Amino acid sequence: MWEFRIPGLLLRWLARGPATRRYPYVKRPPFAATRGSISNDMGRCTLCTLCQKRCPTDAITVKRQEKTWSIDRLRCTACRACVDPCPAKSLAMLPAWTDPPLKKSVDVYSKPEAAPKGAPDA
Amino acid sequence: MAQRTCIPYGPQHPVLPEPIHFDLLLEDEKIVDAVPSIGYIHRGLEMLTRDHDFMSMAYVAERICGICSFIHGMGYCQAVEGLMGVEVPERALWLRTIWSELSRLQSHTLWLGLLADAMGFESLFMHSWRVRELILDVFEETTGGRIIFNVCTPGGVRRDIDAQTLGRIAGLLPRFRREIDAVAGVFLHDASVKARLAGIGSLSREEAHAWGCVGPMARASGLSFDMRQTGYAAYGRLGVEPVVETGCDSMARVAVRVRELYQSLDLIGRCIKEIPAGDVLVKVAGSPPAGEFYARLEQPRGEVVYYVQGNGTKFLERFRVRTPTFANIPSMIHLIKGSRLSDVALLVLTIDPCISCTER
Repeated sequence: MWEFRIPGLLLRWLARGPATRRYPYVKRPPFAATRGSISNDMGRCTLCTLCQKRCPTDAITVKRQEKTWSIDRLRCTACRACVDPCPAKSLAMLPAWTDPPLKKSVDVYSKPEAAPKGAPDA
Repeated sequence: MAQRTCIPYGPQHPVLPEPIHFDLLLEDEKIVDAVPSIGYIHRGLEMLTRDHDFMSMAYVAERICGICSFIHGMGYCQAVEGLMGVEVPERALWLRTIWSELSRLQSHTLWLGLLADAMGFESLFMHSWRVRELILDVFEETTGGRIIFNVCTPGGVRRDIDAQTLGRIAGLLPRFRREIDAVAGVFLHDASVKARLAGIGSLSREEAHAWGCVGPMARASGLSFDMRQTGYAAYGRLGVEPVVETGCDSMARVAVRVRELYQSLDLIGRCIKEIPAGDVLVKVAGSPPAGEFYARLEQPRGEVVYYVQGNGTKFLERFRVRTPTFANIPSMIHLIKGSRLSDVALLVLTIDPCISCTER
């Protein structure tokens, strides 16, 4: 007689609370493995262009003369094809998703100028 | 004499958020003819083999469909590996099997939710999708993605699951079973669900065979037909028995999918216990040689056929996918003819259609 189980179920549901989170007030932290967005540590990047060659969506452009590394965030599918083979380990996958962009743009990162030889450490 | 009316149904319709169009010819409320039109979501993915080399195409293949995405990627990789004669590491095969069965779990719970929604059973729809969320969390933890995983690549898989995570997944399986028990009980035993599904859309064993049905659609009509029996990935070692029902109606199709949920849970549990240690990826050297290869896999919706043809360069000469929904559309039209207009939504849904797969 399942009808008699309803009061018990109601009490249990009241005690347990809702099954969903109160998003956006309560956000679930991302997993460590989540493929959120790509970051590049330009201090370590050697501009070897391997990431550009491996990118299946042609989202990454490396300009060696201008010493810039750029990524089109809307083309990037966060597949990790650039992160895994990076020889300098400068590319990393951040687990947090980025906010939706409001306009199309390409993020350009420049390589910092190398300190002159013999200069004291900062 | 009954009045004849032609009703255009779709491409935007209340059944599913994918575009398919029917011209339904009615005599009063009975459908006497149904003419389908597809092609609204054709993306020409197979033609992309001209622009993407065979390694990059694995990413494209996975994007054929958002629900069977892992098995699409796996099918493509199996076809390329077969063409190139690549020996995939044993552990990679077992990991592919685990992710395949997780895909089946999330696809079937998604379909059960959609079916409940089509019946107007909103709370059941939400509970089915709540179960699915738990499975998507496992995907995110192990692959980094919830829908598109990018872990399968020619030569193996790009990501291993460590023993600790495998243990945690094994610990979650009893919870999945409890959650599925609660939802499955309503689908199989609730009076209103039975009244809506039992006896609707009957397709005999002979008809299912003649119309070339695949997957749960065929198995619900008594055809014992499951590509996992061919033993690809680790299924050969696991020994899969097809889930077959003989009810031949919409209720039988629900029963097949519900029983497959439990079968997938068992298979995942066995995979976690028996998975061997070792590498998960071998380097694929060279380009696909001239030749061709067929790979046949069991998706949640049925058999998928992957055909690749190489020409000695790193770009494939030909790439073709025969998806399960494409094989099930003729039987769906057969079911719609003779049914009532109010049943069309359910009949379209019982084949678990994926129009994105069909049109690629």
